[in-house]
Amino acid sequence: MKEIIPELKIEHIKRLAAGGNRADGRSLGQFREMSIERDVIGTAEGSARVKLGKTDILVGVKIELGAPYPNHPDEGMLKTTLELRQIAHHSFDPGQMKNRAIELSRVVDRGVRESRMIDMKKLCIEPGKKVWMVYLDIQVLDYDGNLFDAATIGSIATLTGARVPASAFGLGEDFPLPLSEMPISTTFVKIDGHIMLDPTATEEAVADARLTVTMDSQGNLRAMQKGLSGAFYYEEITTAIENSIKTGNSIREIIRSG
Amino acid sequence: MEDIKLIDDEGKRKDGRAPDDLRDIRIKAGVLQNADGSAYIEWGKNKIMVGVYGPREVFPKHLQRPDRAIVQVNYSMSAFSVDQRKKPGQGRRENEISKIISEALEKIIISNQFPRTSIDVFIEVLEASAGTRCAGLTAASVALADAGIPIIDLVPSCAAGKIDGQIVLDLDKIEDNIGEADLPVGYVPKTGEVVLLQMDGHFTPEEFEKAFGMAKEACLHIHKLQREALIARYPLEAGDENDGENADGNVDDNRGASQ
Repeated sequence: MKEIIPELKIEHIKRLAAGGNRADGRSLGQFREMSIERDVIGTAEGSARVKLGKTDILVGVKIELGAPYPNHPDEGMLKTTLELRQIAHHSFDPGQMKNRAIELSRVVDRGVRESRMIDMKKLCIEPGKKVWMVYLDIQVLDYDGNLFDAATIGSIATLTGARVPASAFGLGEDFPLPLSEMPISTTFVKIDGHIMLDPTATEEAVADARLTVTMDSQGNLRAMQKGLSGAFYYEEITTAIENSIKTGNSIREIIRSG
Repeated sequence: MEDIKLIDDEGKRKDGRAPDDLRDIRIKAGVLQNADGSAYIEWGKNKIMVGVYGPREVFPKHLQRPDRAIVQVNYSMSAFSVDQRKKPGQGRRENEISKIISEALEKIIISNQFPRTSIDVFIEVLEASAGTRCAGLTAASVALADAGIPIIDLVPSCAAGKIDGQIVLDLDKIEDNIGEADLPVGYVPKTGEVVLLQMDGHFTPEEFEKAFGMAKEACLHIHKLQREALIARYPLEAGDENDGENADGNVDDNRGASQ
């Protein structure tokens, strides 16, 4: 099923944007209210429930033993999977959602991986034979836009609270995941030439183009992804990056205090 | 396995319960924004979210029925819901559970009011600890009521089983793993109908009778919890103190008319 947005609503969003406003009262560059709840799933080695506006996601990490990739024999492994299940929105159809879910999970994965957030070498037990495998699974419960950022934030909150279950495998005491960086993504859409941060579902459905910027805590870029059939000008991208530094820092504060 | 005692000399189970004790159950109705109806249940360590969409267009279209709505249940487990990560995607076990829950719900939904439509129920097991099909069905009927879909009654569901040769209620994970029998029951209090029934293991006919009676009693208790969850979501108005139950425990159908 394709989500149908009435023309009236589209016009309304465009008219508001021209005056620097949005349907939910936010300014164009403003992130929604967010809450993070950690350790909500007992069977997971770490978990977080993130509510970003009305978007509601649950992230869990399972950490298990496995064999490393032959080309990285002394490193642990990260596997990120995101599921867009039908419970989350009436327009979600399992067949059609597959590519969208793959793009989402790959963008989240890239942020975590490229920022070298997890010290993969410390997850090696026996080079070439035995390493810790980190399975990050993201489930969307309620969709109201900006799954890119909700999923990344949920993943980072999950990983920062996760413990490696070494004792269950007779490998000494449990220990926290060896982490360094804290990458945060921020996602913008372009509607009628106006750039908006943290789009709602309706804004996403109306948007011409989308841009996700993932930055580390030092203010360096770690991953980017442009989506949808519209385009951005260079100045729009640099403005997005400036906003991303500022917004990312306040999100990091929320994760640290949560 | 044989040397693990599930019931101690005082008759208490590993988690301290008596043979006919349920685990703690908490139900909340109306927890999701997008779904037409929803419910969240915590049953022991089980955590399950249910969302209902519909009545809506049928996909795929050839499944539609000219005289009634169809009920499509999708029971699924999150990758992190179990000790060893479950690969995403629907397995045979999930397909079977989806089917039996769907058939149980079809019996209580007044489906001829919505011909050519589908009522879609999504049961997401977020954390699993034995008894997820019963907890899922219990929450699913609350979610249907929250969606405003007409049903003849809520369906509570609970399992009884056998551990250490004794009949007990509501097996937890370890009891389920090494117990001798398990009997999940879905029961409609208003009509006395059994809409979900499975069994595996070993029961004598007498043991079955005892286990079924225990599960049924538990269902009547869970039915109260379901109603409480809905009343908490939709508080009764002043002058509606009658909680809708007659002396015989039946739901009073004339509540609206009597005011």
